[in-house]
Amino acid sequence: MRSRADVVVIGGGIVGLSTAYHLAKLGADVVVLEKGYVGSGSTFRCASGIRAQFTDEANVKLMKYSVKRWKELSDELGYDVGFVQTGYLFLATTEDEADVFRRTVKLHRRLGLGTRIIDMDEAREIVPILNTEPFILGQWNPEDGKASPFKSTFAFLMRAREMGVEVHEYTPVTAILVENGEVMGVKAGDRTIKADAVLNATNAWAPLVNEMAGLDRELIPIKPFKHQLVKTEPIKPGLVNPLVSPPSWNDSYIIQDAEDGGVIGGAGVEHGPTYDVTPTYDFLREVVRWMTRIAPPLKYVHIIRQWAGFYAKTPDSNPVMGEIKYVNGLYIAAGFSGHGFMMAPGVSEAMADLIMKGRTKVPLDWEWYDPHRFERGELRTSAFQIG
Amino acid sequence: MQMRAPKGVMVLGQTDGEDPRENIIICRCNEVTQKDVEDLIDRGITDIEEIKRLLRIGMGPCQGRTCIPLVMGIIARKTGRRMEDIKVPATRVPIRPVPAGVLVGELDEE
Repeated sequence: MRSRADVVVIGGGIVGLSTAYHLAKLGADVVVLEKGYVGSGSTFRCASGIRAQFTDEANVKLMKYSVKRWKELSDELGYDVGFVQTGYLFLATTEDEADVFRRTVKLHRRLGLGTRIIDMDEAREIVPILNTEPFILGQWNPEDGKASPFKSTFAFLMRAREMGVEVHEYTPVTAILVENGEVMGVKAGDRTIKADAVLNATNAWAPLVNEMAGLDRELIPIKPFKHQLVKTEPIKPGLVNPLVSPPSWNDSYIIQDAEDGGVIGGAGVEHGPTYDVTPTYDFLREVVRWMTRIAPPLKYVHIIRQWAGFYAKTPDSNPVMGEIKYVNGLYIAAGFSGHGFMMAPGVSEAMADLIMKGRTKVPLDWEWYDPHRFERGELRTSAFQIG
Repeated sequence: MQMRAPKGVMVLGQTDGEDPRENIIICRCNEVTQKDVEDLIDRGITDIEEIKRLLRIGMGPCQGRTCIPLVMGIIARKTGRRMEDIKVPATRVPIRPVPAGVLVGELDEE
């Protein structure tokens, strides 16, 4: 292991690894330290959806850019990330909700997204097994999509390693070295790595890592909430290509895995704060109830897996990104509240630019995601939570 | 181990000249071969949790009953690790696949 680096990245999930890649592109010597195996925290547990359809300007702009980057990544990295633009389809069950959708579409069009309102005939063409009867209309953006959490994490890992980045798995950081308000490096057990900058990319574990730098855990109050998913046996490809979600049905959704053909289902059942990932029966009952109402033929399909992961939530469900002002050289990109996977390409490029150059062309609103907003009692409008 | 036929002799289910490891199925659910597993290990990916996810071994309807022990054996052989030092990935519920309709009381158990 190197004993000196320009930047140490703590956390080998998609955010940490993609930032390491972008840092290496800018010529930095980078070491990534991951306490488990890469992706083991939240990335490998995610539902794989990628959307620009948020309900506020900052998240829409960041995700519009991220989607553009997702399209480029397989060619750029030389490894397939499995990105496909299969769309996101939100479904309204009431007239009031339909009005909200119409207003959201206006915002999206102003910001350059291709979102539009569709009727249930068109929705049925897009999702052949959709139950159209309970829904009034759909909010549809065909440019949203999904990627393989597994392939994309490894694409960044392999390419970063080829560019000289050191990635050490099963290597938990045990201390962050700070002198006179300046970050000096990190310790992993008895090994020390000196560094000019340290990035906390540990999402659900970020407060524990901040604490190593002498910061109060509540300074940036990220809390781990258990969210769960189920997956069915493979069904015919194309039956549920987009992510389909009626938000008023307890934030439930279904999305077909483009690779193995199984249908992933999620719902807004939340436990915590907790670091426990044991699946629960209440979730299974709830999610299957909604899945079989969204697409009734799923009744006859077997559920084969259920697992849990974390939404690393901030008080306003928006991530924190930037430099932590109390420790020079300590940066954070965490608290993604369920959106880290989809946001990673845009976030990581911006974070690498910030660390190396102090500025970026990525359309990321630093003020919106300011890690210190909670100290000032500021809350953003809550980021739209589904998938 | 599969018998290799003399050169030029056609064997049903095996294309002449192919790497025989392409015909040895490790995971039936996701059609993963011995060669797929060994190629990843040769690229430096030797962690069973990572091999599992890249090849989707143990993630199909059989829940890994067949493939996981086989993959552990290949890892042990190729890396010199002992089988007992390789941690078995978490088993996911349900232990047996269940039709979704049964869980919501709309179908009877098969």
